[in-house]
Amino acid sequence: MSAITRKEVEHVANLARLQLTEDEAERYTKDLNAILEFAAKLNELDTFNVAPTSHATDVKNVMREDVNRPSLPREEVLKNAPDHEEGQFKVPAVFE
Amino acid sequence: MSLFDKRLSEIHSALRAKELSVTDLVQASIASIKEHDDEIKSVLHADEEGALAHARQLDERLAKGGEELGMLYGLPAGLKDNLITKDVRTTCASKFLANFDPVHDGTVSKKVKDADAVIVAKLNMDEFAMGGSNENSGFYPTKNPWNTEYVPGGSSGGSAAAMAARHFYFTLGSDTGGSIRQPAAFCGVVGLKPTYGRVSRFGLVAFASSLDQIGPVTKNVEDSAYVLQAIAGHDPYDSTSANVEVPDFLSALTGDVKGLRIGVPKELIGEGIDPEVRDAVLAALKQLESMGATWSEVSMPHTEYAVPAYYLLSSSEASSNLARFDGVRYGVRADNASNLIELYKESRSQGFGPEVKRRIMLGTYALSSGYYDAYYKKAQQVRTLIIQDYNSIFADFDVILHPTTPSTAFKIGENVDDPVKMYLEDICTVPVNLAGLPAISVPCGFSGKGLPIGLQIIGKAFDESTVLRVAHAYEQSVGFHTRKPEWVRG
Repeated sequence: MSAITRKEVEHVANLARLQLTEDEAERYTKDLNAILEFAAKLNELDTFNVAPTSHATDVKNVMREDVNRPSLPREEVLKNAPDHEEGQFKVPAVFE
Repeated sequence: MSLFDKRLSEIHSALRAKELSVTDLVQASIASIKEHDDEIKSVLHADEEGALAHARQLDERLAKGGEELGMLYGLPAGLKDNLITKDVRTTCASKFLANFDPVHDGTVSKKVKDADAVIVAKLNMDEFAMGGSNENSGFYPTKNPWNTEYVPGGSSGGSAAAMAARHFYFTLGSDTGGSIRQPAAFCGVVGLKPTYGRVSRFGLVAFASSLDQIGPVTKNVEDSAYVLQAIAGHDPYDSTSANVEVPDFLSALTGDVKGLRIGVPKELIGEGIDPEVRDAVLAALKQLESMGATWSEVSMPHTEYAVPAYYLLSSSEASSNLARFDGVRYGVRADNASNLIELYKESRSQGFGPEVKRRIMLGTYALSSGYYDAYYKKAQQVRTLIIQDYNSIFADFDVILHPTTPSTAFKIGENVDDPVKMYLEDICTVPVNLAGLPAISVPCGFSGKGLPIGLQIIGKAFDESTVLRVAHAYEQSVGFHTRKPEWVRG
């Protein structure tokens, strides 16, 4: 039995903003099934009353004063942009 | 003896006595890269001009006198290419970032410079730190200096291989599931993963934020202590960095392990561990015993669940962290996209390699509606159980000791077709990241094929001092760290 179908793999790729080739879709269907089968091992453990851990340290809600600080100059920030115009990042039209 | 085999104190004395200059040191580093890195491929980009200019500046400062020298004064360093460096190309070994020049330094890059070290080059790695062999580099794989048919390990494979080749005085890597310790073991050098929060992650390109930690790769434990001293500490730019005191790590290197209580988990010394590796680790335990330590077998009952839990959690975090690579603000943008969604999809699909895509897919699936509880939350609960395993051992023991890897380095190409098999190689290192603990890998012998074996020493949270003390006492008593591949200069 497969945990994840080819169709689901294509759906997940879309969520992840990846465009898979035919070969990749097939490959990842096989790989994800193998990995998820391996991950199913976790179901051997009863974790009903176990609290989840998101971080291994005790740090909680670190607050700081909200003060103005200088930020990077605009030219610097745009230096690595693939395309920019009039001080802004440029992308293809979002609306027709 | 290579210049970089000398102790830091010897280098500093020679610099003060004008028998040596920082320019000499940096030139030696560049020469070593030019002579040997065509074969090893540990370096992605060397900043020859910048490094020599920095060296001249440091030489002039010493000539003028007066000012105090930084802790790492004059030492040539290589940084894993996921540590951002101002104006010096930083690619994470990904085609996506092939043209990326950061506009500021990360905290650790800045601290290394503030300590007067010279950053000479950025080092090869598995793309975005995902992998354990450097075969996932988007540019070229690094080779193991002990035998170039073998992998150097990963993901900080460049950092470890470069140290085995003595290209630098020290290198930095990052460790999410073993990425400093495993390549250090495979390359016969010392790799330290500090406690989660000990070192700022600001400017480390994030893979799995709750697990990532920066640490040194060095030829011996003393150098590891120096570098950790220079990079540790709280950073307001990383709210997960710990606001705790940074002890004097050098003063921990006493050579004394009398009365030390060592726990050895039976799950990580028995079945599944290569007999050569097991024998080397048992010999190390005997050695420590002869020096006054005691050891007992203990149990970490949830060990077999650590690898699946780790891959679900780290891939989930990665799928979120790597969403930033969209082809809009930096990185390589695909040509001819007709709309914004297509631009995202095409840029990402062309820029990312197969393992990065695989992990993004796994993570996106594990976090998606309907599967979150079954995979992501379940893995977080298992993480709690693994932390409890450690807590119960540390109630009675000072350190935990076991191999760094189940076997020595594997051949290039040997594991590439089976992701699950490749992931299982991480069994000895991932539990430590899940619990956020400090751990070191030190050389403890060689296989029949002449490949290095690593001993792992794990400590309580923020107790790097004990980890370093034990590692140093052991290392100095056996001397495996002084062996180098035959061809390495000196």
